[in-house]
Amino acid sequence: MKSVVKQEVLALNGDEAVAFAAKQSDVDVVAAYPITPQTIIVERFSEYVANGEVETEFVCTESEHSALTACLAASVTGARAFTASASAGLALMHEMLFVTSGCRAPVVMAIANRALSAPLNIHGDHSDTMTERDSGWIQIYVENAQEAYDSVIQAFKIAENTDVLLPVIVGLDGFTLSHTLENVHVLSDDAVKRFVGTRKFINVTNHEGRTVPFKLDPDNPTSMGPIALPNYYFEFKRQQEEAMKNALKVIQDVNKEYAEISGRSYGDGLVDAYYVEDAEVAIVCLGSTAGTVKAVVDELRAEGVKAGLLRIRTFRPLPVERIVDTLKNAKAVAVMDRSMSFGGNGGPVFHEVRHALYDADKHPYIVNYIYGLGGRDTSPMQIRKIYEDLQKILRIKRVETRVQYLGLRE
Amino acid sequence: MTAKEKSWKEISPAGVCWKSSTQFLTGDWKTYKPVRDLEKCTRCLLCVLFCPDGAIHWKPEKGDIEFDYNFCKGCGICANECPAKAIEMKLE
Ligand code: SF4
Ligand code: SF4
Repeated sequence: MKSVVKQEVLALNGDEAVAFAAKQSDVDVVAAYPITPQTIIVERFSEYVANGEVETEFVCTESEHSALTACLAASVTGARAFTASASAGLALMHEMLFVTSGCRAPVVMAIANRALSAPLNIHGDHSDTMTERDSGWIQIYVENAQEAYDSVIQAFKIAENTDVLLPVIVGLDGFTLSHTLENVHVLSDDAVKRFVGTRKFINVTNHEGRTVPFKLDPDNPTSMGPIALPNYYFEFKRQQEEAMKNALKVIQDVNKEYAEISGRSYGDGLVDAYYVEDAEVAIVCLGSTAGTVKAVVDELRAEGVKAGLLRIRTFRPLPVERIVDTLKNAKAVAVMDRSMSFGGNGGPVFHEVRHALYDADKHPYIVNYIYGLGGRDTSPMQIRKIYEDLQKILRIKRVETRVQYLGLRE
Repeated sequence: MTAKEKSWKEISPAGVCWKSSTQFLTGDWKTYKPVRDLEKCTRCLLCVLFCPDGAIHWKPEKGDIEFDYNFCKGCGICANECPAKAIEMKLE
């Protein structure tokens, strides 16, 4: 795909790529509290503010709960708001995540995915965002720094779409992406500004019975998220579900539109299928691990093995139909989870993929691999082992162990 | 469903509503409803004061109180507080 606009190549780590994208997206308010491995994002952003490179109000808050509260408050007045967090910081925001999605505030938040205590661990895994999968936020997991940059720009356009109006999390794997330098192609400030555009508002009826834009404005007073008793709360939640369903199409449209100016697209924006259409043995995963899996798929394909990868890029809303359709020819599937659901039936991604396939015409054998917790490395050899296990399942025609632990000392 | 209530497709997002949250009626899910004995009632207005949902109103033009059952949740606080035992909670 050819890009229509001139692009520069910068050496940026994932966090810097996110900060750069936020800067170009014409953000009005950034409120944040530093937490590893996210710190670099807001550190760089505060430099842009200090150097006068952006006209953004930078609010240093005393906690992540306050950081998201400030972003929410800014967002409901019509401002474009951005924050970043990880792990315990995200957990501290938990309450405000629900308030933000419930107030339909299109805040964008980058999460440098990290494990949760105890024991204390600052390294990458998905336990933080997986815990928040039902908070009503759209969740996008990226594979590399380039995608982190592209996805933050796309996130504002998705969040602010008037059919969606939901906050978006862009998740990048802690340290693996957040602290690793890569070549990142960046668009011009103008191109990004044009792409993201200005925020549009739907109209609502306010308490005086007047039709006003959906934002807090002293001249056109409205109240947001005041109280909904049992006879209305349910209806508001149903609306949020509808917005999530609408997001499936909006994410695809934004991915396509972005490809037209940048020359880069990530599958259809929802799933990134790599040789999976005709694959007999397939892996499903999220995030940076997909890069390693792709390298192994290349090797296996050269050896004549029909191996493939399905990277779920958009985990919320879950593109159920796309997952079922993409895996329709697979005979054995391994789902990789970088977080645990203690006492459950495997990891959260496994739950969702296996559940999605329940209604499919053909059911592949399906197994779960918990991997990479607390930043544990996942090598190409281990990925190879997964494909070998899948081939063995096809040979013996049964699943011996449904949930396995990859790279764990037994 | 009370006639005034709307479906999820008709309401504005995030609880934005006409006349603020007073639009959120409680009428249809209460199991008990307060019924006043006009003979016993002394119009002391204690029930108006204590009702947590603002469902009892003093109407000066009538010189009497009125229950708005659309907003009453049937908690029975008015009946408890009434010094004249003029309010009885009746099953809906
Ligand atoms: S039952 Fe409760 S809500 Fe109803 S009028 Fe009495 S105090 Fe108010
Ligand atoms: S508290 Fe009892 S007596 Fe007083 S106004 Fe209410 S119903 Fe009447």
